[in-house]
Amino acid sequence: MTLVSGWGRFPVVDSDVLRPRSFEAVGEAVVTGSVARGNGRAYGDAGIGAVRTIGMTGFDRVRSFDPATGRIRLEAGVLLSDLIDTFGPRGFLPFVVPGTRFVSVGGAIAADVHGKNHHCEGGFGRYVDSILLRTGQGETIEVSREQNSDAFFATVGGMGLTGIILEATMRLRTVETGWIRERVISASDLDVAMRALDAGDAATYSVAWIDCAARGRDLGRSLIYLGEHAGTDELADGAAAFPVGKNPGLAVPVDLPSMTLNRYSIRAFNELYYRMGARRAGGDHVVSLYPYFFPLDSIADWNRIYGRRGFLQHQCVIPEQGARAVLGEILDRVTRRGDASFLAVLKKLGQGDGILSFPLPGYTLALDFPVKGDILNFLDEIDRLVVAAGGRLYLAKDARQSRATFEAGYPALQRFNAIRKSLDPTGHIRSKLSQRLFDEV
Amino acid sequence: MTSRKTVLVLGGSSDIGRAAARAFAKAGYDVGLAGRDVAALEPDAADLRARYNIEVGLSKFDVLDTASFDGFVGGLPALPDVVISIVGLLGVQENAENDLAHATTIMRTNYEGPSLILGLFAEKFLARGSGTLVGVSSVAGDRGRASNYVYGSAKAGFSAFLSGLRARASRGGVHVVTVKPGFVRTKMTEGMKLIGPLTVEAAVVGDAILAAVEKKTDVVYVSGKWRLVMLIIKTLPEVVFKKLKF
Repeated sequence: MTLVSGWGRFPVVDSDVLRPRSFEAVGEAVVTGSVARGNGRAYGDAGIGAVRTIGMTGFDRVRSFDPATGRIRLEAGVLLSDLIDTFGPRGFLPFVVPGTRFVSVGGAIAADVHGKNHHCEGGFGRYVDSILLRTGQGETIEVSREQNSDAFFATVGGMGLTGIILEATMRLRTVETGWIRERVISASDLDVAMRALDAGDAATYSVAWIDCAARGRDLGRSLIYLGEHAGTDELADGAAAFPVGKNPGLAVPVDLPSMTLNRYSIRAFNELYYRMGARRAGGDHVVSLYPYFFPLDSIADWNRIYGRRGFLQHQCVIPEQGARAVLGEILDRVTRRGDASFLAVLKKLGQGDGILSFPLPGYTLALDFPVKGDILNFLDEIDRLVVAAGGRLYLAKDARQSRATFEAGYPALQRFNAIRKSLDPTGHIRSKLSQRLFDEV
Repeated sequence: MTSRKTVLVLGGSSDIGRAAARAFAKAGYDVGLAGRDVAALEPDAADLRARYNIEVGLSKFDVLDTASFDGFVGGLPALPDVVISIVGLLGVQENAENDLAHATTIMRTNYEGPSLILGLFAEKFLARGSGTLVGVSSVAGDRGRASNYVYGSAKAGFSAFLSGLRARASRGGVHVVTVKPGFVRTKMTEGMKLIGPLTVEAAVVGDAILAAVEKKTDVVYVSGKWRLVMLIIKTLPEVVFKKLKF
């Protein structure tokens, strides 16, 4: 057994980790209580098998690519960073990228990850045409919108619980360049920020970073980042059409003492970040896709800044109707506490595609908290606000929500469970997350 | 074949072989992959074609079948610009201590075969007056250690062969690179306890091989830390060294 955790490094649990090298070996590796793990970027316990964790990053081959259509067939362990570095210079990018490029294709499907364009272009699963799935009962089947469609829509956003994703066929978008035309808007409070996001609905990419140091009248003070793919005519003279994605230069070499992050350092960071961003507000400028989409990827192992005990990310989505009041209440409580967060991110989402996909039309708010003190109780209180507003939490980030919160947030759960049961009647596929939230006890 | 440069990777299905093939393909080379099981190379060939829109050829190569080497070299569609030997076998030291057949296989796979095939290519390259040969040896060859001296001695022989070949071939316009990767996360080292800061991913080795070929480096320690570690290990007096169990 090995101690395993997600990106948040909480919880840390025992699981038997195997890295099979062939699809046959994947089948042989599946025992009761197994789940696939991609690059380990799910924050909580989604990528940890109840008994066995099957590491899939060795499956990193592209099977075929058609430049005429942008259609690509690949193994589930290919990382989006690899896809971007390889196909970006050829003029192709994934339609949807989350906040880190170091996720596997299999993981991106399982979490139906969203990006800064979810409000207008949907999630990762929307661009997946079919999936080769090794079900819990041992069959290997191709699932798509036309064929085994129930299994397809359960697998997109299904947190790996329908089986092991082996391969997928998806579409890439064509781009002229790897640069983004960015516009930064500074918003003095939450109302202004939400209006700016609404006004940014027409933008392909939009996201707001909230200054958690701002309280009271300034609550929700934000920088809104809108973005469009830049054309070759917009680039500076001599700039390459595709920028180089550097591997992380900085690294956090050790676990920082948990007191490194305190209310004063977080306040100072937020204040500084806001002022620097606000200076850029106004006109358009062109930035590399790497800092635009993946600002934290430039620091390797940034999860270590929260110290040995790890951290929690709380990401909820609140339906559009009544979102303003609930988001204001959550932010007010969080800013009064003072220990969140480097990353308070607000963005609009559209309809999700999979049965258990996280997105619904509304606003999603993501907050980081170090694991200490009464944080679990505090987040339970926040969850009550989310549930009362008809919202839900993102399973890819979750390490601690209650069954009641989960069941209230995902009304399609029964349908999902029925499909899961048909693919895996004896319960081979189980993660720590499914034990906590799904499985009969 | 196109007019692009070509690289031949011997041991193409190994993790370092795959990584090297990708690094060269990305840099615009057409790639030949050679290994014992040609069918097993096909997914990697498809991967390289799909990613980099290059030509990929496959050929059968068994490092223990030295009698086939002449035919292998003669049967290639064209003489490549770069040949990389990644073939190797770690084996099991304890078994090799009693099982002569196993010890022989380790020695032949790590020394005899790679040296002979690169030597053969060296003659062709010298006749042409150009080309680069890359041998992936090991830090284990820098000094024989109690825990893996059968493997280490074979790698030491290979390193010595490459060193001598380099000295001779450099006068004929042919460059020879010796690569000593240290710990790499691969199929070969799976399950071994590796020291985190001294361990690299296969992709890093692939990129290092490409860089060494382009910059005509002689000896590459993929991680600079290994050069220091091996310097210390090499300079320990024998009276001290023989008491160490590693």
